[in-house]
Order: sequence, then structure tokens, then C-alpha cells
Amino acid sequence: MAKPTASPIRTGFVHLALGAYTLVALFPVFLTVINSFKDRASIFRDPLGLPTPSTFSLVGYETVLKQGDFVLYFQNSFIVTAVSIFFVLLFGAMAAFALSEYRFRGNTMMGLYLALGIMIPIRLGTVAILQGMVAAGLVNTLTALILVYTAQGLPLAVFILTEFMRTVSDDLKNAGRIDGLSEYSIFFRLVLPLVRPAMATVAVFTMIPIWNDLWFPLILAPSDATKTVTLGSQVFIGQFVTNWNAVLAALTLAIVPVLVLYLVFSRQLIRGITSGAVK
Amino acid sequence: MGSLKIENIRKSFGHVDVLKGIDLEVKDGEFVIFVGPSGCGKSTLLRVIAGLEDATSGDILIDGKKVNNTPPAKRGIAMVFQTYALYPHLSVRDNMGLGLKQAGKPAQEIKERTRIASSMLSLDDYLERRPAELSGGQRQRVAIGRAIVREPQLFLFDEPLSNLDAALRVNTRLEIARLHRQLKATMIYVTHDQVEAMTLADKIVVLNQGRIEQVGSPMELYNSPQTIFVAGFIGSPQMNLIDAAKLGQTGARTIGIRPEHIQVSKTSGEWKGSVIHVEHLGADTIIYLQTDFGPLTVRLFGEHNYDVDGTLYATPDSGRTYRFDDDGQVIKA
Repeated sequence: MAKPTASPIRTGFVHLALGAYTLVALFPVFLTVINSFKDRASIFRDPLGLPTPSTFSLVGYETVLKQGDFVLYFQNSFIVTAVSIFFVLLFGAMAAFALSEYRFRGNTMMGLYLALGIMIPIRLGTVAILQGMVAAGLVNTLTALILVYTAQGLPLAVFILTEFMRTVSDDLKNAGRIDGLSEYSIFFRLVLPLVRPAMATVAVFTMIPIWNDLWFPLILAPSDATKTVTLGSQVFIGQFVTNWNAVLAALTLAIVPVLVLYLVFSRQLIRGITSGAVK
Repeated sequence: MGSLKIENIRKSFGHVDVLKGIDLEVKDGEFVIFVGPSGCGKSTLLRVIAGLEDATSGDILIDGKKVNNTPPAKRGIAMVFQTYALYPHLSVRDNMGLGLKQAGKPAQEIKERTRIASSMLSLDDYLERRPAELSGGQRQRVAIGRAIVREPQLFLFDEPLSNLDAALRVNTRLEIARLHRQLKATMIYVTHDQVEAMTLADKIVVLNQGRIEQVGSPMELYNSPQTIFVAGFIGSPQMNLIDAAKLGQTGARTIGIRPEHIQVSKTSGEWKGSVIHVEHLGADTIIYLQTDFGPLTVRLFGEHNYDVDGTLYATPDSGRTYRFDDDGQVIKA
């Protein structure tokens, strides 16, 4: 079966549109990265210019690294993001398995209830969350952030993973039962490996908002010991003076882990996004 | 060592009754086949026997022991699925050995039993491969191997041949028949294909709408169907079922006659009809007639040439007709 070849004009337009979107999307990133390598005067004089030997400067990175705490901020961001993703994937997958595998009263209602969080932003509950964290004595701890982010990530994770787990063959799970695997073994050893692409998709979708979030770190964990990178880079933004070199350098550094993770996951991610549509 | 007794099994999903009281006894070493149209509950019944579904009420006894609350792994059963259901991340060897490993058997024994099963199914060359690297027929053999390794009291097959192409289906069918002779194990097999049922079974259980219609050997079902449903279901082409009133016969609602029990002649006979279509199968010729009382299928052995639209007279073999009453039950002559 030969694939019908699309007309070159149509393909051209598609690529033009995609290319234009890519440019628009990448422009701020590009701007951030090039300006982070320039000295302060040339950032203002020629914000769109590439760094040249005369304007090249690493002063932003020096400031960021000398600030000393930035390693800690990175570490905080890493801990919060990694632990949150872990819990989101673990609990999300478990809930999805239960919803897709077992018949029980209220199954559909439970699924809808769990998916409700996709539609209602968690930030609406900020005041109540803060009160709760104060009462629990969790303010200014990473635990507070991890709890909130896990809750924030779960609805989408449950929703996506439920759909994927429905596609895992019942026969396979039943074969496992007959071979004496426990429900946990079936979940961890048979089902999870088969929904790995979906897990990668969920991981990326969950990770990016957590890593970039400013809101909850600012409210729940603003102490110096618990600052995340996004919050940490705000110290360079003052009411009157902003150290643009440092801000841009900090943001550039903050892009790196996301980029690395994306590259790691991208193969799985593309499979995850397309597998539902193509199969 | 592998008898099965089912007592008044009922199964409902919500308000839908899938099994409406099934009683059945399977003797040790028997090859029993459940047949029926889709949705008749045959797969559900198999799942209930396996313990993958709980029955709503009723008892299952394997070897005289009630197993209603025994998990599938402890029932002494093994199951072969339509979709093979091999573990994709394990090699053929590990696929076959997993059940024993879970049961905590020593590695030496697992190795030995895997070896026996793989040589029985000529899978020796594939032991280190993953399921993805095997063809459909090989995968199904691995699935059967996985069942053999467990040395179960009861083999359960859930439409094992449905996903195979026609040639492989015949080969695998022969293989299953050979295994049954070799292992002398009790086997329960679900299929909607009556050829599989007729060729493999010691005993066929015909299910319809959650009830057992009839239990018997293949020839019993063919020669003396108890109900109109069984009469229509067993045999291919289907038995001709004719409204008795249109034939002017009394004392029965429906008259049944198998296509192979009708003779035709161009000159004279009991029923007159015109030829609608002729199918030449080589060994058989199948003729579709339109008669005064409706369509009639005739199966002749050997090659015959009849013109479409020509007139033919059909005569049923005496003593080969079946009479059914208003409830579809056979009327004993």
C-alpha cells in the first residue's frame, strides 16, 4: 500500500506554519540564552544582537554561581520535581489501574471526580492550602511543595493513564493471575512496562509546570533553605534595580535540566502521544 | 485426577444474566468443548471455571473439591488464550517457567519441565527469543507450552485458534488433539467454530443464551439434536428448517432436514424448486433452491452441473427428517 503523496504546495504550507510556530515559541528562549552571555550595557543597547567577542561576558553566570545558594536552589528544584513526579506516576498509575481493571460501584463517578482537577486550577485553593500547611507545620519545607505538586499532577496522570491501561489486553493480566502473580505483580511487572510511553508523556507534562512554578514556592516555602530555582532567580529582580545578567543566566541554567529530560523522554513521548491516534 | 463438576452456576453483570443456571459434569481425561454463538456465555463460563470471574451463585468442584473461593493459580488449571497473552518482556523459556517460579518450584525442576514441554511442541530453537520475534503459530505453541509446564489437572482453552490463519489452524488443531492423547489430561475448550468442536471433542456442550441446550458426543448432536437450536447450529451447511404448515404436515411446528440428506432429480420428486445458485466445492456441490415453502439447501457429493433458474425436484431421505414442536424441542418419532 503506497502512501498517497501530498502535493508539495500543501506540504510546503504545513511546514511554513510549523516553522513559524517554532520560531515564535523559541524566540523568548533564544533571547534569554543569547543575552545571558552578554554584558549589561550590550543587553540594553542591542538586545537582539548575538554575543560578539567585545560584548561576550559571563558576569551573569559568575554572579549566579557566586551567590552560592544557587546550587542549593537547584537541588531543591530537583528534589521537589523528582519526588513529585515519582508520586504522581506511582499513585496516578495505581488509581488508573484500579479504574480500568476493576468493576465496582461508582467506578465512572470516581474517574470523573479524579479528573475534575484538570478543570479546576489548584491555585484557587491556595489560601486553604496555606492554612492547612501552617496547621500541619509544613510551611517552609519541601514536603509542602511535594504534596501540593503531587495533588496538582494527579488528575491529568490518572486521566491519561486510565485510557492507556484500558488498552492493555485482559488476557495478559488473566494469564498472570493464572500463573500466580499477585495483583501488585501484575501491575508492576506486566502493565507498567506496557504503558511506559504514556508514563513518559505524563512525566513530561507533570514536570514542566512544577519546575517552572513560582506561585507555590513563593507562598509555601520562601525561606532561603527551601527556595527553588525559579524563586531563587527572583532575588535579582528588584523593585528598582534588576540584575538582568544574573536573571537571564539563572533562567538559562534552569532550562538545561528540562531540556535534558525532554531529550531523554522524547522518543517515548512521541510514541505516547501518537499511539492512541495511529493504532 | 481432573474431574470437574459445575452445579447451578449463575452469573449476572448488573441486570444482565449471562449464565442462567449451568450444571455440568466433566470426567477425568475428557475433551469437552463449549460451543455457541457469540454472547451465549461460553467464555464467561470458562472464566468462572478458571476463577477469573466469580459466579453470582452456584458451585465449582475440581476433583471433588469446592474451589469457589480458590484463586486461579491454586485451582490446578492452566489456560490458553485467544490472544496468546505471552509476557512481552520475557523470553519463551521464562514465559513458560513463570508459573512454576511463582509457585516456588526449584530451578532444576522448572528447567526440566520446560525442556519436556518445549520438545513436545518443537520449540527448542526458540527458547531464548522474545514473543515479538515469533510468528503467530509459534506464539500460540508457546502459550500451550506455558500451560503444559504447569502440569494442570484441567486445561482451559479460550478460542485458541481464532487468531491463526486457516492452514495453521488445522495444524494447531491436530497438535492439540495429539497433546490430549499424549497427556491424557482433562481439557475444556471454547470455540464458536463447529468444525473444531466436531473434530476435537469427546463431548460437546452447546450453549445458547446462558443455558445448556444439549450435551453429547459430536455424532449424538449431529444425529439426534434435542432442540431446533442445536439442529441448526451443528452441521454445515445449516439444516433446512421448514414450516410444517407449509408442507401440509400436522403434529409438528417445524420440519428439519439436513442438506446432505436430500436427493435431487430433474424429472420427479417430492418438492419442486428452481435453482438460485450452485456452489462447486470439488468434493461437494451445494445447490440453493427456491421452493413453494421457502429456500432449500441441498448438498450433493461429487461434482454435479445444474443450470441456474432450472427446475429441480428434491426428495428427503426417509427417516432422516426431524420434527420440532412449538418450543423448538424435538418430537421423538
